[in-house]
Amino acid sequence: VSNVTPLTDLTASNLVIVAGKGGVGKTTVTAVVARAAADAGQRVLVVELDGKPVLDELLPEVEVRHISAADSLADYLVEHGFKRIAKRLASTGVIDVVSTAAPGIDDLVVLGKIKQLERSDEWDLIVVDGPAAGHAISFLTSAAGLRDAVRGGPVREQADDVLSMLGDPERCQVLLVTVAETTPVNELIETASAVEERVGVQLGPIVVNQIDGSAPPPDPAEVSFGRAKAQVDDAIAAALFSRARHEVQAAELARIDRAVPLPQVHVAAIPVTGLDAEHIAQLAAEFAL
Amino acid sequence: VSPLGTVVDGAEVVVCCGAGGVGKTTTAAVIGLEAARRGRQVVVVTIDPARRLADALGLPDGLTGEPQPVTVDDLDGVDGAGSLWAMMLDTPAMFERVVRRNASDDEQADRIVQNRFYRNMATALSGTQEYMASEALHELHDDERFDLVVVDTPPSRNALDFLEAPGVLTRFLDHKLFKLLMMPTRTGFKVLSTASQPLLRAIGRVVGSDVLADAVAFFQAFAGMEVGFRERAEAVTMLLHADATRFVLVASPQRETLVEAAWFADQLREQGFEVATTVVNRMHPQFGEGTAGEAHKRARAAAGRGDDRLAAIWANLGLLRSLAAAERAELAPLLDRVAAATVVEVPLLPNDVHEVSELDTLGTHLFA
Repeated sequence: VSNVTPLTDLTASNLVIVAGKGGVGKTTVTAVVARAAADAGQRVLVVELDGKPVLDELLPEVEVRHISAADSLADYLVEHGFKRIAKRLASTGVIDVVSTAAPGIDDLVVLGKIKQLERSDEWDLIVVDGPAAGHAISFLTSAAGLRDAVRGGPVREQADDVLSMLGDPERCQVLLVTVAETTPVNELIETASAVEERVGVQLGPIVVNQIDGSAPPPDPAEVSFGRAKAQVDDAIAAALFSRARHEVQAAELARIDRAVPLPQVHVAAIPVTGLDAEHIAQLAAEFAL
Repeated sequence: VSPLGTVVDGAEVVVCCGAGGVGKTTTAAVIGLEAARRGRQVVVVTIDPARRLADALGLPDGLTGEPQPVTVDDLDGVDGAGSLWAMMLDTPAMFERVVRRNASDDEQADRIVQNRFYRNMATALSGTQEYMASEALHELHDDERFDLVVVDTPPSRNALDFLEAPGVLTRFLDHKLFKLLMMPTRTGFKVLSTASQPLLRAIGRVVGSDVLADAVAFFQAFAGMEVGFRERAEAVTMLLHADATRFVLVASPQRETLVEAAWFADQLREQGFEVATTVVNRMHPQFGEGTAGEAHKRARAAAGRGDDRLAAIWANLGLLRSLAAAERAELAPLLDRVAAATVVEVPLLPNDVHEVSELDTLGTHLFA
């Protein structure tokens, strides 16, 4: 399995959209990429779409902006002729009706805001903590869907602008995140082919999070425990457990490599139950050149 | 007696909720399998295709929108032969069934399901998946083949999305815009009320007039069906609040996930729901009664003698024990909110679940 892609590959475009199934550490990877680029002297902006405050805590020295679909759509409608009832857009159901009539318009206006940031030249790199994998495809295909559905007007223009950003590898790439376990890898493989076939956006390296990079413990059958008796059974069980987890990891990494032949980036597992800003700095340091 | 055993034995509906990636689907399947072994007639509904689970259940063609019987050994429970069925939620198909049930005739139903606005709503409106999951739950609860329905919930950020789902469409119908569109005029529904015109023109400028025309046609076709939808929404809400409906909160031992689970538990309580059991999946095993420190001490001793292989074995035990202890410490905020007696810990298995015997292994921990 190819490994250790330099930072230059991770940040080859102006905009990096990080996507992956719930629980795989998408937010961690967003933070690590942003921190590594910031440490390398780049001007970095992080965009967060879920309203979670955690990125502000993980990246005390990087600017984090929170963009919500509902707010973006309300702003958009106000800019396009809804001034009179703007304050009551949500309560009158206009937002629901508009987003149902033109599905994906909420995603499109979020991408439109990101595109404005990308064009501003204020940043060398914008990292987006993207939607969970199930929603990643509809998020990324929103512009193509609306371009086909709407013949003219502001939505069509917005869709065209967003599509030219998504389709340009110098401007945008998608980092898919997974962990080396069966179900997340299944989902990664499905998402990777959908992104390539339906979205037309450049896939960056595959990021595999929570990799145990240590050597597995030796086979306990080949080790002499001497006279020790107490806890030997526990040590043997623990060794067999770790060896089995290592085997699953190796098999899944090989399966990713076969199904999605792209470079892989491995982010180390830190054996703690929750990461903080220092852990992010430590992980980011592994990408320093 | 396992808290989960008590929960399942008296339940007609089990709702598995929690954040994405914590093993909700697998937990739902294990609960279903165990209940079938106890003699229940169980159907498990998953939200997505869950291929690995379908494989584990011996369904090579995958889960479909209709319940399929699962063949498992030893299903003869104490109370007679149990059975297990599995299906996945087919949101558009379910939505069409709901429309056809409420329509006054085929012609009205056809007009709705062929409408582009309706099709967008069935596939893309946020909340539709939760809404249809709650409809499926009600439909299966009424199905005579089953006496227990186990549902996995969509991976939403908000526990309330599912609980409020039955009202999604009726809230839509309560919108001022809908009322304006449906306001009776002298010439009937065919002509839109003039009060809605400025609003509609503004929407039309943004999304285009074709798109708007579809939306208006949908609302007009819907006339007369609101009552049926409202009644059903109330029935589903009552079912969610029934004594025989139990909520199982699923989590994993990472700090962020546990914070989210604690928040879920608060939200459920505020809405008058009780978390019957909390399942914490993927806990690292403790490997005996000893401490991490003892294992590391032996590792240092072995290293001091130059036996690096033995040192690695003991260091590995120490590392796993520290992780297990750290995970247990992380459970504290959750335990503050739910009774400790109702928390079930499920160990991380050395291998991913690929076959029914591994589901059973998880079952022995869940129902220990």
